[in-house]
Amino acid sequence: MKKIIKYVLIDLLRNRITIAYTLFLLVISLSVFNLEDNPSKGILSLLNLILIIVPLVSIVFSTIYVYNAAEFIELLVSQPLKRVNIWLSIFTGLGASMCFAFLAGCGIPVLIYAPFDVGIIMTAMGLLITIIFVAIALLASVLTRDKAKGIGVSVLLWFYFTLIFDGIVLFLLFQFMDYPMEKPMVLFSCLNPIDLARILILLKLDISALMGATSAVFRNFFGNQWGMIATVLIMTAWAFMPLWWSVRKFNRKDL
Amino acid sequence: MIIATNVNKKFSKLTALDNVSAVCNKGQTISLIGPNGSGKTTFIKCLLGMVVPDSGFITFNEKNISHNWQYRAAIGYMPQIGRYPENMTIAQVFDMMKDIRKQSAIQPDEELIHLFKLDTMLNKRMGTLSGGTRQKVSASLAFLFNPDVLILDEPTAGLDPLSTEILKDKIRKEKQKGKLVLITSHILSDLDDIVTEVIYMQEGKLRFHKSLEQLKEDTGEMKLSRAIAQVMQTS
Repeated sequence: MKKIIKYVLIDLLRNRITIAYTLFLLVISLSVFNLEDNPSKGILSLLNLILIIVPLVSIVFSTIYVYNAAEFIELLVSQPLKRVNIWLSIFTGLGASMCFAFLAGCGIPVLIYAPFDVGIIMTAMGLLITIIFVAIALLASVLTRDKAKGIGVSVLLWFYFTLIFDGIVLFLLFQFMDYPMEKPMVLFSCLNPIDLARILILLKLDISALMGATSAVFRNFFGNQWGMIATVLIMTAWAFMPLWWSVRKFNRKDL
Repeated sequence: MIIATNVNKKFSKLTALDNVSAVCNKGQTISLIGPNGSGKTTFIKCLLGMVVPDSGFITFNEKNISHNWQYRAAIGYMPQIGRYPENMTIAQVFDMMKDIRKQSAIQPDEELIHLFKLDTMLNKRMGTLSGGTRQKVSASLAFLFNPDVLILDEPTAGLDPLSTEILKDKIRKEKQKGKLVLITSHILSDLDDIVTEVIYMQEGKLRFHKSLEQLKEDTGEMKLSRAIAQVMQTS
């Protein structure tokens, strides 16, 4: 298994897109921090960019990579190797290289310009989001045979998590305005890893008052240590569940 | 060595394999022949565990191959279309396969690498290679670990006449060592002097499995291509 990971990594680290992605993140984060004199403000501006770009690149790039590696996967499957190991190696390789790109492009500037707890949480959340969306991409690509369809599904999923989900939540909020919606909101936010990451970082930034009454409930739930642990656990589940499902599917897939 | 019993496989509505049973023994060189879409490649992929049959089972050396992966160490497979990570060089691909198979006891058989003159371009990246050169890499990989069973899917498609001859000589050599060789090809003239048995497939069914002599006798033709043409006409 280690060997397959090694070769997937060698292939990925020389990929032009991962290099371009790293440089792109680096340019964005450096320019944001240089434009804002207050690192907290910089984090806030960066947050909104990161929560859109990181899931998009992670999911689309991973999907395309898996489809392009179809014949390579075929070659590996015909060798004396376990299918589970092949699939998990590809996941580890993809996850590691995307995480590395994020760390080099975004994590390091954040930790230099904002070396306090918000910066650390933001880096950790970025890494978790990367891993989650690589796992979702693997699931999308194992479920659909057709490359164009698979990429379409990935883009749609990204669209759902960044825009449509928030739209649905807003719609529900307005529909049930007369009822106390604060507690269900906590539950809703658990259904979207991007929202979870956003809430956690916003709470740390002390501008959560902008979120109104809901923020008090959020602060109660997410603000303390247990809330943090719960969030990280939920996000790990968000990475683990699609991965587990995709392993099951890949085990029975006809290549 | 390989025994397939009542193997069925359906791709949604299309029946790719319909109750296929076959016995392949050591020392045989079997050619899988049939029109396009008759299930040859699907059958090969079932043997390799790349396609999971809906029903029926396949045994390799008396062991069922489902949920088993070690048996593939004894198989060299050359796919119809070989594609490799584009950023890797030829040398890296060979090293990777040696690394993955890690059978240090077996001296790797690099004869084909030399005969195909791949060793002069080991630093070329896979992405820049032509179709024929990739085919050569696939062939060299299939023979690299001295496997007991060779499964070659359209080995001569895309190869120039000289390389085809090199590959055929190599197959003959391995055949003499008593290995089981399975070949699919549409270029029947390539197979004429190598094959000992013929499996003819059509619409997912195994029509017959005969020795080459038997087939020639039954059809009254001397050449494999003519014999098969006659079979195709009558069926």
